[in-house]
Amino acid sequence: MKTKVLMAILALVIAGLIAVPWVASYFYIFIFTEILILGLFAASFNLIFGYTGMLSFGHAAFFGIGSYATALVLIHLEWPFLACLLVSMGAAAVLALVIGFLSVRLNEVYFAMLTLAFGMMVFAIAYQWRSVTNGSDGLAGFTLGSFGLGLDLTLANPSVYYHVVLGIVAIAAIVLYLICRSSFGMILKAIRQNPERVSFAGLNVRTYRLVAFVIAGTFAGLAGGLIAPFLRVASPELLHWSMSAEPILMAILGGTGFFLGPFIGSAAFVLLETWITTYTESWMLVLGIILALMVIFFRKGLLGTAIDWWMEVKK
Amino acid sequence: MSNPVLNIANLTKRFGGVTAVSDINLEVMPRETIAIIGPNGAGKTTFYNMVSGRMQPTEGRIMLDGKDITGLPPHKISRLGVSRSFQINNIFPEMTVQENVEVVLSAYHGHSRRLFNIASRNTAIQQEAVEFLTRLGIDSLKAQRAEVISYGDKRLLEIAMVLATQPKLVLLDEPTAGMTPDETRRTTRLIKKLADSGDYTFMITEHDMDVVFNLADRILVMHRGEKLFAGTPEEVKNHPEVRVAYLGEEDDEAVEEANL
Repeated sequence: MKTKVLMAILALVIAGLIAVPWVASYFYIFIFTEILILGLFAASFNLIFGYTGMLSFGHAAFFGIGSYATALVLIHLEWPFLACLLVSMGAAAVLALVIGFLSVRLNEVYFAMLTLAFGMMVFAIAYQWRSVTNGSDGLAGFTLGSFGLGLDLTLANPSVYYHVVLGIVAIAAIVLYLICRSSFGMILKAIRQNPERVSFAGLNVRTYRLVAFVIAGTFAGLAGGLIAPFLRVASPELLHWSMSAEPILMAILGGTGFFLGPFIGSAAFVLLETWITTYTESWMLVLGIILALMVIFFRKGLLGTAIDWWMEVKK
Repeated sequence: MSNPVLNIANLTKRFGGVTAVSDINLEVMPRETIAIIGPNGAGKTTFYNMVSGRMQPTEGRIMLDGKDITGLPPHKISRLGVSRSFQINNIFPEMTVQENVEVVLSAYHGHSRRLFNIASRNTAIQQEAVEFLTRLGIDSLKAQRAEVISYGDKRLLEIAMVLATQPKLVLLDEPTAGMTPDETRRTTRLIKKLADSGDYTFMITEHDMDVVFNLADRILVMHRGEKLFAGTPEEVKNHPEVRVAYLGEEDDEAVEEANL
């Protein structure tokens, strides 16, 4: 019964998301595009954070390389958009394999510091390798051509681009969700709760952490590939360590224990930022207060707290 | 005459200048239950840590079924058939009791590599998990979150997880430590039944001598890292040095003196 109501709410939300371009202003079409892309970024991060228990401070490296990959392919090769996204995912996967291979052997704070260090290195490369990345200005001036698969879509139209993003993020979210529910996903949760017991059950914990890291990096790369045409630029800011903090904040804000938590976190983050910055410059102060309150009083995040409340009330 | 499951030769572990385990030799035959006893600091846990791969031996050889497993990492030793429990509870607290066993079973059957199955509908694994819980008498707790069940039940759950890897050799590290007398009796009976079933080879460390004498076919007595004596429970009971060093005769005298 309760699950049915929750499913009904989810269906309504999806219907609402599909309807956005017909009911909302251009401004909010942009806002919701951003929410979806950053939501996918945060959900990919939560696979390693909320499920596997690995706090990475370098997740923006994969988001950033995804955005550069799509920008570069559009500028130099003019491939269809879907092909660009596949290149973004591939580039992010390779980078995640390299960084992950060197990082997953360490635990907790050492893992966090190492991923931060690698993230800063990738940022430095994008910042200084001017001939390829155009340095601090980033890559701009690319135009989206066709979508691929023979579909005739006007990607330059924000409403169309919103629907494309919605469709791709939905597919990616379903794939991530299936992974979370699989036997592999169960092992990831077990690793978060007790890695030693998992290794004494006969599994190489390092391998599982690496595979999770690569999957998370690949989907962050996909989110990066979606953000470049949206922002019309791939710039070093997307690789900056402060960008690595965003999925952490979103996951905590929405709730790390639920698959959709990071998406709720992304929505809360982007909407609050939009609304609060119209009143005050000190958006970071307000965000800081909200996060402190969440961590102290609502450890399960917005979604987790809401679901707990619902289960209590409807008993 | 069958071959030993475990053959340990000259096993030694030194931490800097301290020798925690010194030159232990031991053969464990299939389907026997061997107990390792000794006072705190005798080196029992270090010994276990080497056999299960948690620590590298400084010297010596560990052969499992004729295969050298010395210094292999825990997951490889587990794959080869050594499964262990820990002195402190070592479970997955946020999962249900049944899921705890399912994790171990999916690792054992290789389902853990499946990215797109639905774990909660893996009925073969679920049935098998319930079978192991039934064997330990805790199947009625299967839907409970593991962190809320009693201390004794958690220890039984851990034994169920240890058995779920179908091990050639089961290492139990103080299985009844911290249990109430009732729980201790229940656990001893269960281990006895499992040992009598002939499916398992057990190596047990234990402080409770009643449990040891009840379960063990053979006992290895360790003292300050060294083998003090090895023999049947009867021999151990009657061995003068063992009585002094371990069975607490000195302690009993001290207690009696204190009571005077």
